[in-house]
Amino acid sequence: MSDRRFFIALCAVLALIALAFVINWPATSSQAQTDAAHFPTSLAEVRAAEPGRRELSIQQWQTDAGSRVLFVHTDQLPMLDVRLVFNAGSARDDDLAGLASLTNALLDQGADGLDVDDIAREFEDMGARFGTSSHRDMGLVSLTTLSDDEFRTPALALATRILRSPDFPEDALGRIRTQMLQSLLMQQQVPGPQVARAYNNALFGAHPYGIHAGGSPESLPRITPEAVAAFYQRYYTAGNAVIALVGAVKEDEARQIAEQLSDALPAGERAPALPQAAIPGEKTQTHVDFASSQTHIHIGTQLVRRDHEDYVALYVGNHIFGGGGFNAILMDEVRQKRGLVYGVSSSLSPMAAAAPFTIALQTANSNADEALGLTLDLLADFVADGPTAEQVELAVDYLTGSFAMSTASNSAIVGQLGSMGFYDLPLDYMDRFQRDIAAVTPAQIRDALRRHLDPQRVVIASIGPRQPEARLPEDEDGARGDQ
Amino acid sequence: MLMRTTRHTRPAPVMHSMIRLLTLRGLRLLALATTLCLPTSVWSADLVPPTHEFTLDNGLRVLVRQDHRAPVAVVMVWYKVGSIDEPPGMTGISHMLEHMLFKDTKHLSPGDYSSLVARFGGQSNAFTAYEYTGYYQQYEATRLPLALELEAERMAHLRIDDDEFFRELQVVLEERRQRTDDNPNALAWEKFTGILSPGQGYAHPIIGWRQEIQQYQPEMAEHWYERWYMPGNATLVVAGDVDVDEVRALTERFFGAIPARDVPARPEPRQADIAGERRLNLVMPVQVPTLYMGWNLPSLLTAEDTHEFYALSMLSGILDGGRSARFQRNLVRGPRLAAGVSANYRGLARGDGAFIVSGTPTPGTSLDQLEAAVEAEIRAIVETPPDVAELDRVRAQVLSSHVFGQDSLFGQAMELGYLSVLGIDWRLRAGMAEALAAVTPEDVSAVARRYLTRERRAVAFVEPHVAPDTAQETADE
Repeated sequence: MSDRRFFIALCAVLALIALAFVINWPATSSQAQTDAAHFPTSLAEVRAAEPGRRELSIQQWQTDAGSRVLFVHTDQLPMLDVRLVFNAGSARDDDLAGLASLTNALLDQGADGLDVDDIAREFEDMGARFGTSSHRDMGLVSLTTLSDDEFRTPALALATRILRSPDFPEDALGRIRTQMLQSLLMQQQVPGPQVARAYNNALFGAHPYGIHAGGSPESLPRITPEAVAAFYQRYYTAGNAVIALVGAVKEDEARQIAEQLSDALPAGERAPALPQAAIPGEKTQTHVDFASSQTHIHIGTQLVRRDHEDYVALYVGNHIFGGGGFNAILMDEVRQKRGLVYGVSSSLSPMAAAAPFTIALQTANSNADEALGLTLDLLADFVADGPTAEQVELAVDYLTGSFAMSTASNSAIVGQLGSMGFYDLPLDYMDRFQRDIAAVTPAQIRDALRRHLDPQRVVIASIGPRQPEARLPEDEDGARGDQ
Repeated sequence: MLMRTTRHTRPAPVMHSMIRLLTLRGLRLLALATTLCLPTSVWSADLVPPTHEFTLDNGLRVLVRQDHRAPVAVVMVWYKVGSIDEPPGMTGISHMLEHMLFKDTKHLSPGDYSSLVARFGGQSNAFTAYEYTGYYQQYEATRLPLALELEAERMAHLRIDDDEFFRELQVVLEERRQRTDDNPNALAWEKFTGILSPGQGYAHPIIGWRQEIQQYQPEMAEHWYERWYMPGNATLVVAGDVDVDEVRALTERFFGAIPARDVPARPEPRQADIAGERRLNLVMPVQVPTLYMGWNLPSLLTAEDTHEFYALSMLSGILDGGRSARFQRNLVRGPRLAAGVSANYRGLARGDGAFIVSGTPTPGTSLDQLEAAVEAEIRAIVETPPDVAELDRVRAQVLSSHVFGQDSLFGQAMELGYLSVLGIDWRLRAGMAEALAAVTPEDVSAVARRYLTRERRAVAFVEPHVAPDTAQETADE
């Protein structure tokens, strides 16, 4: 069976190489062989088609108060997205974990004498959406409004009023603090957030990225309205802000809107750069005991940030290893071939002062040793051997071919602009990144992996009834019986 | 920058929010020009991109939305089969079958589908729900022929390999552990839905009972595929930078040859009588107690008078249509009885609808107190019709959300597909604004009075093994 199958598959492959396309086709009869050689029939035409491109004209300028602004005009929908990105994430919490999140969440709870009900009612009467969110690097404020002047002007006026004079009312602080404490308790009910936190602690240690953005039962009660107001004055400043605008307004209107918002912010400079996070010096393993039916495992280290010359090679490498969904090595080996997991993936997250590379998987407790051993083994092999040419070709085809979707909506574009401004990326960054990806070679990926990723010096964190011990699977063909 | 795919993402709590999403979409996105204070200039009918529908000779229904903002296209195939159709012993088989559609077909081996999609820069995934099973791909728009050919292949030529089946069964068990078994709130939700729609297909989890998943046989999935996967039981949605004539030709080319087959009768789920009050007290490994309340009432499809659907939608908006709505104002703020609380009218459903409230009390508040506070909010609406300003605020959000919702091509395709599998004309949106505008404060009180009654409701209390702190202890009982 296997010989014949291999032969027929080979025929199919040879036929398809003519189309410069390699997939291991199945076939079980001569009829199927003929069909297989022609399936999909649309291949040639799709390959020959010239992919469409959406040309984005990005305008960039600086406000008088020093905010960096990025703007894209789109006029198909009568709406405007505004996003302010501040270098004001939980990495700035210092010894008051949760301060950045609380400050961010309190912005629309009272301002300039308006109470939370007034603010909510006013935005909702205009059909506008005002929102805030807080992350490790960033604090975000966003407004989505109809672009028609009748709605846009009052919505922006209210947003401006909030940014100019947030009141940080004490009762709202107490209420949101209670919600955050509840949220910490709820995180203890499920394994996922706990293992993420243990991993983050192990990877970052005392670095500011090791701070838990949601705070702790010890830190949250110590946060005062004064601390919140001081955080706002220090980090929500015009000089520390990126303003991204996308929608149906003209450039002169966008300039006026950006000036108005920037002018409302406290005067101040960009926040100082964070210290670089250290690369783990040795292999460590930490475990949280928890009565779950699955063991969750995170494995990782630090790679390089966007401005490093090896970033693109590692970005593509991560995609091949675990970032590329069902085509990734991890998904193929751990789930598809062995059925050990529902989810397994890796990610590379370039931040302002770190670039964590993280593998995450969840598996039945009885499979935890095998899944951990297999994953570590796959990682070691990947670093030693690098990807194959076919793997790189598929990854590059996907990463360049899917680019059209990353700018397909106003909300996607405003997200891209916010990142570009925040991380000081050049205006042609998206195009340049595409070109660099297309040019990457298997050898470059292998060499970059060898330079930056030592599989013997990774941080491992797990949660479950028992700490897993790496064990290699016994059968190599991927077959696996019932448990 | 990089979007990752996570396939088969549909646990009970996610379904909950999914249905909420769709219900809100029903409420908020399906609206057009109206007589409200918002000027009609913003709401020209041109705002809805051109939409076409046609049916192939074999029964396949096709909906095409031409939206040329970006060179991308979304392709979805929706099958009218979901977990509500599953008999005992086969719970979750729709979801299991969905997993198998990524494995073998006549021309594809496991892995081929995903790598073909990736080769052309596409993203794909699938979703199983109570009432449907859906598959999607999205690409740069010139990849449309490939997307359609792949979906036609899956519609007509699935092959289930025994080894692959049993290996995937382990994956589904892992999925169930991850989504439900290790999440006490998801488990509690599963138990609550069991009493919310007793004796109906909605009463078992979409992913299925663990003991039944463990006993699946490949023949069950084959049978399910044979029974439900035919052109006449599916809707194809194509949205994006496409042209209807091009789509028509491609659809004929790839789907036209699939033979028509009889579509089995699909019973309409209906609750015969009012079920009576049901209560569930659950002690679970949670740190924070949770309250679930649900009322059985009509959906758009089962309401004798569809006006009630719109009034119930407004009721949901008045209670929880935003941060200024009553639940946030009176339960989360004000006396601070709830750390979080939500109301959601599940009014777009194949069977009867449900009105669902869930919440977590603040420390020091008992579930009894939170339940009483929710009841008091409902009673206030029953006794005193809400202000017109509250209704207008809900309507303003409905209208703006209609615009904002069109920013997502995927969301537009979801809406078309969902309405289609429910048998509702996608033009529902055209009449929605007018219908909502006609809802009076008294109408809202009337539906609350008629439907949010004791004998229509199910209530679940979820409490920790041990009270998390002494404040909780003293406040309880």
